[in-house]
Amino acid sequence: MQRIGVFVCHCGTNIAATVDVKAVAEELKNEPGVVFTADYQYMCSEAGQNLIQDTIRNERLTGVVVCSCSPRMHEATFRKAAAKAGLNSYMVEVANIREQCSWIHKDKVSGTEKAIILARAAIAKVQLNAPLTPGQTPVTKRALVIGGGIAGIQCALDIADAGYEVDIVEKKSTIGGKMTQIDKTFPTLDCASCILTPKMVEVAQNEKIHIYSYSEVEAVTGFVGNFDVKIRKKARYVDETKCTGCGECTTKCPMKKIPNEFNMGFDNRSAIYIPFAQAVPKVATIDPDHCNMLKNGKCGVCAKICTANAIDYKQQDQIIEEKYGAIVAATGYNHIDVSKYDEFAYNQSKDVVTSLEFERLMNAAGPTGGHLKRPSDGRDPKTIVFVQCVGSREAPPCAKGGKEYCSKICCMYTAKHAILVKDHYPDTNVYVFYIDVRTPGKLFDEFYRRAVEQYGVHYIKGMVGKVAPQGDGTLMVQASDLIANDQLHIKADMVVLAAAIEPDKSARHLATMLTASMDTNDFFTEAHAKLRPVESPTAGVFLAGVAQGPKDIPETVVQAGAAASKVIGLLSKDQLTGNPCVANPDELMCNGCSSCEKVCPYGAITYADKEFRQPDRTVAIRRVAQVNPAVCQGCGACTVACPSGAMDLKGFTNKQIMAEVDAICR
Amino acid sequence: MSVNTEFKPLIVAFCCNWCSYAGADLAGTNRLQYPADVKIIRVPCSCRVNPMFVLRAFQRGADGVILCGCHPGDCHYTSGNYFTRRRMALLFSMLDYMGIEKERTRVEWVSAAEGAKFAKTMNEFVETVTKLGENRRLEDLRCKKQS
Amino acid sequence: MDKKEEIELISGVNVLKCMRCGKCSGTCPSYDEMEYHPHQFVYMVETGNIDPLINSESLYRCLSCFACVERCPRGVEPAKVIEAVRLSAIRQKGANHLKAEQVPELIDDDVPQQLLVSAFRKYSK
Repeated sequence: MQRIGVFVCHCGTNIAATVDVKAVAEELKNEPGVVFTADYQYMCSEAGQNLIQDTIRNERLTGVVVCSCSPRMHEATFRKAAAKAGLNSYMVEVANIREQCSWIHKDKVSGTEKAIILARAAIAKVQLNAPLTPGQTPVTKRALVIGGGIAGIQCALDIADAGYEVDIVEKKSTIGGKMTQIDKTFPTLDCASCILTPKMVEVAQNEKIHIYSYSEVEAVTGFVGNFDVKIRKKARYVDETKCTGCGECTTKCPMKKIPNEFNMGFDNRSAIYIPFAQAVPKVATIDPDHCNMLKNGKCGVCAKICTANAIDYKQQDQIIEEKYGAIVAATGYNHIDVSKYDEFAYNQSKDVVTSLEFERLMNAAGPTGGHLKRPSDGRDPKTIVFVQCVGSREAPPCAKGGKEYCSKICCMYTAKHAILVKDHYPDTNVYVFYIDVRTPGKLFDEFYRRAVEQYGVHYIKGMVGKVAPQGDGTLMVQASDLIANDQLHIKADMVVLAAAIEPDKSARHLATMLTASMDTNDFFTEAHAKLRPVESPTAGVFLAGVAQGPKDIPETVVQAGAAASKVIGLLSKDQLTGNPCVANPDELMCNGCSSCEKVCPYGAITYADKEFRQPDRTVAIRRVAQVNPAVCQGCGACTVACPSGAMDLKGFTNKQIMAEVDAICR
Repeated sequence: MSVNTEFKPLIVAFCCNWCSYAGADLAGTNRLQYPADVKIIRVPCSCRVNPMFVLRAFQRGADGVILCGCHPGDCHYTSGNYFTRRRMALLFSMLDYMGIEKERTRVEWVSAAEGAKFAKTMNEFVETVTKLGENRRLEDLRCKKQS
Repeated sequence: MDKKEEIELISGVNVLKCMRCGKCSGTCPSYDEMEYHPHQFVYMVETGNIDPLINSESLYRCLSCFACVERCPRGVEPAKVIEAVRLSAIRQKGANHLKAEQVPELIDDDVPQQLLVSAFRKYSK
């Protein structure tokens, strides 16, 4: 039998005005197990806490019930106080007689009655409480950043800066991500590579950071503080340690007609390639789909001319196993395939391009050396039409591959494109068709207004309905002008589509491996939309960049820094203290049916074959559930799913809740 | 048969710790009145509520049982409230078959910001159950209230 | 049932889904022939301002090419709204422009049967 002390708080008059606290304390004396009751002005005050502690010592209490405000308010306070007096903190229960009683009732009789019932429920629960000790797990002081774009780079740099080891896994042959392809950044118009490449070099030179380029995460097991990750380092057929990045092989390779992904296919690269001059690591990679030597064993030119002897046609994929304490998902985005939107004639005309393609056409390091030319015939475009919201803000079923959300960055980069065109070629006619111009951001609206007022870009409220390639090579753009209530027909030389962005396809598979949750659009979900925006609900997994939702570069950098600080906070601990209220299977009752495993959102349940002595003294091996207390978050879904009643939740056991029900219904 | 003006129903409410219990606290903080007949039991997640608890409440003389959880998609534990929704849909239809009217059982989504909704829900629920009167099904006579 | 509800019922379209992008009007091949344009149709139904539509010639300038339906990003389907207004107008007049017994006379090898079916649906009460 427990020895329970009940403490009733007046909370000034907050409780005492509606609840007869003395009567409550008096009435509860008769409850089984209660050896002491008291009422006091403010239980949460130091004097109140001292009263609890003294009583625990003097009355040798084994359980405490505090009738006060919500446990969300002061449960931690009272638990800490009890622990100081030598009582296990989980032997304290709070009966909420303020928020859920005195504050919502006016009648003192019914208020007092309800307070007694709530206290009885808490007493009934404490009767069945057992001391709980939170588990401790060690932390591996190394972080993994998946994705080497600006999000991953910033995050890795910040973590390394705090003195922890970081590995970046990047599936492409260089880090840098989408930002390497971008020409200028809005709203300041500074050059993207000028601000990005120094960071890439910094990553390469940082002793705490290791880059696994041309690699992908193969498998993830373990849990917060102790992830085991398998990384597949794909064969690039070049020894990274030997290659100097001189690029001689790329000039001599006979296979030169391969569309260059970096320039969105506007020019060609060779089968052995370095994506761009500032690549990190600056190491050549052989494209096995196009290399003659790898396909049919005939060529070998690159191996012959490589003075560093770095070419290795026999290289195999390598699997690297590493332990990590925290993982950051920064897998980034792609723009959607717009070819299903027949009305925009993307497939029919080379002069209809997406915005990212347009970036390359404007980029000084791009295929045209920064001179804007029509991809079809190389002429200077005189009229350019920008179409916004291509594939964004659609209603389901989004049959053409569109998205329901606003892609967020398109309004601003379209304004940037318009300004850049007008700045370089003032005679060009630039039209922007918009549904809404969305410019929430520092200096964003000013930037858009500059496009209109200073540069004379024609912003037209309306949508392009049809783009028709004409015999003379121009494009007839048919669109509506909703303000003028008119239909426009514009003879354009180029059409630029601001395509919706979507999470990288690899994110879905990664989320499954990490048991991190995703929304219907395949963006990673955060633990709390407002208050925990860079954490995944899965402990130890953090989010940075567009993988979590559409955002621009500054926001990505902010989020990457925030994720890094969360990672640092985690890695700075030697031990992680868990929540002791976790699922707890009774092995004798478990029949290994896997029902609990299927409902567990965290993958905390595994199965093990264990030996059990039978009544006839033989030993039988049975498959039973095991809960990893470091991973379990204590939701209790498994307890209800369990058909044999073997699974229970510490701190909220079936018996405890039953006892509360009984006490209330008594 | 006495008229039910005096009848005070006994309502057991299971509230998830993260949304609905906080919503109930907010109703209190805003001093939004609802009948004292509602007694709240805190559970970590609405999916922790075993159908047994609901049955037990009715067995012990409860007149109505309500489960409150986070809105679908907002569950603190990602998917717990989806389990609740399915489990309780089944349970409630079985209870209905056993003579416990569907109006006596309810699942409601209340977020931590919806104090007003919590109070409104409770007021409605108490009113509905009061109209139905005392629940006589499933009640264990041995636990019959002495009054 | 008021006019707006009737049109929503006939067309099965939820006009509130419209985000006013104007792609329907940007698409429409009969735009210049119309007094009210497709996006205005949707908006006028949304606001319940339907009588001017019923009295407008624009109603019969729509070719039912369904380009707007195909291209509407919000799935509002303006052509179906227009079709519903046309039907509503016909019902209002109580006129049966095409009676069932007239159909056999019209059957001709050169006329696609689908045309007769849709004409019958369109021009009968």
